[in-house]
Amino acid sequence: MIADFAWIRPEPAGLYVRPADLWIDPARAVPRALITHGHADHARAGHGETAATPETLAIMRERYGQIGEARPMRYGDRVSVGNGVHATFLPAGHVLGSAQILLEHAGERVIVTGDYKRRADPTCAPFAVTGCDLLITEATFGLPVFRHPPIAQEIARLLAARAAEPDRAILVGAYALGKAQRVIAELRAAGFADPIWLHGAMERMCRLYQDHGVALGDLRPVAGASRGDLAGAIVICPPSALGDRWSRRLPDPVLAMASGWMRVRQRVQQRGVELPLVISDHADWDELTTTIAEIAPAETWITHGREEALLRWCELHQRKARALALVGYEDEAE
Amino acid sequence: MHHFTALLDTLLLTRSRHGKLAAIVRHLRTVPDPDRGWALAALTGGIDFPAIKAGVVRTLMAQRVDPVLWTLSRDYLGDTAETASLLWPDPPEPAGLPPLLAEVVETLGTATRANAAARLAGLLDRLDSDGRYALLKFATGALRVGVSARLAKLAFADAFGVPVDLVEEYWHGQSPPYAALFAWAVEGAPAPSAALVPLYRPFMLAHPLEDDQLDLETYAAEWKWDGIRVQIVHAAGQTRLFSRGGDDISAAFPDIAGALAHPAVIDGELLVRGDTQGPAIGGGAASFNALQQRLGRKTVSARMLAESPAFVRCYDLLGAEGEDLRPLPWQDRRARLEALMPRLDPARFDLSPLIVAESWDALAQLRAEARDAAIEGIMFKHRQSAYVAGRRAGLWYKWKRDALRIDCVLMYAQRGSGKRSSLYSDFTFGCWTADPDAGGELVPVGKAYFGFTDDELAMLDRHVRQHTVAKFGPVRETDKSLVFEVAFDSVHASRRHKSGVAMRFPRIARIRTDKPAHEADRLATLMAMIAD
Repeated sequence: MIADFAWIRPEPAGLYVRPADLWIDPARAVPRALITHGHADHARAGHGETAATPETLAIMRERYGQIGEARPMRYGDRVSVGNGVHATFLPAGHVLGSAQILLEHAGERVIVTGDYKRRADPTCAPFAVTGCDLLITEATFGLPVFRHPPIAQEIARLLAARAAEPDRAILVGAYALGKAQRVIAELRAAGFADPIWLHGAMERMCRLYQDHGVALGDLRPVAGASRGDLAGAIVICPPSALGDRWSRRLPDPVLAMASGWMRVRQRVQQRGVELPLVISDHADWDELTTTIAEIAPAETWITHGREEALLRWCELHQRKARALALVGYEDEAE
Repeated sequence: MHHFTALLDTLLLTRSRHGKLAAIVRHLRTVPDPDRGWALAALTGGIDFPAIKAGVVRTLMAQRVDPVLWTLSRDYLGDTAETASLLWPDPPEPAGLPPLLAEVVETLGTATRANAAARLAGLLDRLDSDGRYALLKFATGALRVGVSARLAKLAFADAFGVPVDLVEEYWHGQSPPYAALFAWAVEGAPAPSAALVPLYRPFMLAHPLEDDQLDLETYAAEWKWDGIRVQIVHAAGQTRLFSRGGDDISAAFPDIAGALAHPAVIDGELLVRGDTQGPAIGGGAASFNALQQRLGRKTVSARMLAESPAFVRCYDLLGAEGEDLRPLPWQDRRARLEALMPRLDPARFDLSPLIVAESWDALAQLRAEARDAAIEGIMFKHRQSAYVAGRRAGLWYKWKRDALRIDCVLMYAQRGSGKRSSLYSDFTFGCWTADPDAGGELVPVGKAYFGFTDDELAMLDRHVRQHTVAKFGPVRETDKSLVFEVAFDSVHASRRHKSGVAMRFPRIARIRTDKPAHEADRLATLMAMIAD
């Protein structure tokens, strides 16, 4: 039998699962949604029934206050979502609570990876390789130029910069959900025990991570600190605050940024970053291609990102694939 | 090589001019000869390996990487060297220690077209990705680290405590790795002599005149002819013709270079004989378009020499009989120039006349007529000012004729290079062949990549992404809904362009979100503005 996957359909607003009348990570409010992870472009406000991992639901509550009818999905539980469709949430290794969603219907198995990575991350459960007939994968870093270095190497560069500039603060721009906590946890893993200072926008998510058992050590708000406290300190802020007036309160900060895009020199220049840290919560080219090869699905659909190159790779490796044009996912924020 | 790799990295990550300057100073003081000289050559655009062109890099990559993946990556990053440095496969075994720049120069400088790719590959195999990036930037030029040749020379002057004007001056008699220049600056060896070689002198430049009026007693007025600024130097039996950037263009203009046999340094405008410019005032010069046929050639045919004879309209005299006249006031240099003119070949050299106007209003009237006379505008020169390198406040001003303007429709956009590599910042726009309601179509008339603010660029980038109707590699075709008011200096007939016209200095003057696309201008309107 040739699989046709007619029951799952890419729509401009997201993936639509027809028999169960539900959407995956929809860009607009819908009556029934499955949410892969808590980043705002995937987990939007205003849905009715909202199925996600307990961590993702907690993140959404933190951000939006009340959410519709919350339906917690624990990793590995196979749950009926209506009309002969079953969903299993599996760890995606992207951020706390992030999930791939395995959908089963009419004898066909479909995995929607959501955003994912394959590297070890002390703040979330590792990606589970699971067999399927159709793999719907992200492609944020879907170009062969993107090969992320080991995170330990980047953390070592961060600590070396701090040692070289003892009178300056090191200001690290990092996405408030996931990246910031991962950088902090990796700093702790590297033996850095000093207080780490937080921009106000970082505090809630760090607390949420700590409440979920992720050890982040001594975190302090920049708001209450004196200039003297911050000389030689590591400060974490959202990327948007790097060039902002806010950073003037810090002693001559070294501007660092933790992002997979820091691989691209011209991006580094555009951002005015002095210390680019190539740290990403997305799969790089090798991870994307290895994952497709390991899972070996009958067909691969490629959602947001640099889909053309991954499509080409599939063609070169005689794998059936197509690119979906989904709107609304902001890969630049990584 | 690793010093140079680190220098590039630092320059890229350092935003302030001061910080960049300090990094180059440090490099020049600490790195041994001749590598520091080669680094300086790279920063000032002095490296040229004839056998190593971007095509060699592409060829090499095509043997190692799928061409489609290469093209997608290259288009995304907007930089060939960076893409190649990231996609180059690490060799299974390290192929030796990283090379010094001197070895790179030796290896690539003696390469032939037949062995260039293999030699470059051998070097790439000995470097990590940062080193490969530095090597490719070094070998193919265009470092894009926000350092001008001027800043590099300033750093050289700072590093060794010598005056930058002398560095600029001696520079042109030297070639990389500048051993004599380092010997002079570092060890106090005698200066490279200016009398023995026809040296280039840094040009004096003008500020644009804004809304001010100048006192005509203090400033002399002169036409700004529409050719290219040149400097012609005769010394020790040799003659050189230099463009404003210091390039030696003697070979393309043997008619000029062969016509000066008098020890002199003349600043003037290079023009071609014709009757377009200044017909009423005995201008005797063809349009810029005519001159352009002769630019950018390595050699020139006898026919071209006969059909488009070049000449220099003299503005200034910087040296004569071995004497440096630059410290003299402009009016004294002008007198010396006027005295020299009778001794020059009148077919190749004439004097740029001064404009005598009774009042500012009379001058403004003359400027308003400049467009009809195909002249770029008016120059003002302080009568008491010495000839000094660069653009100094208060000494020289240019008062260009007003720009032409036309409303065009955005048709295609392409990502920029360098700083704008992720933004759609190169715009192709068109005019209607006829009334769009009567079957008129848009035809591209020009391309612009500046004139807008950063905020406007962000808006344009968004517009392009949201209004794309087709993609052709790196180019996006838009839905032809956005109108630009395009300002440009002049427009010329062109056989190379489908529209039949070519604009000079087009830039986006305004984004006309208020104007519907069908109200944009007709091609005929633009045709009517052709000046030649």
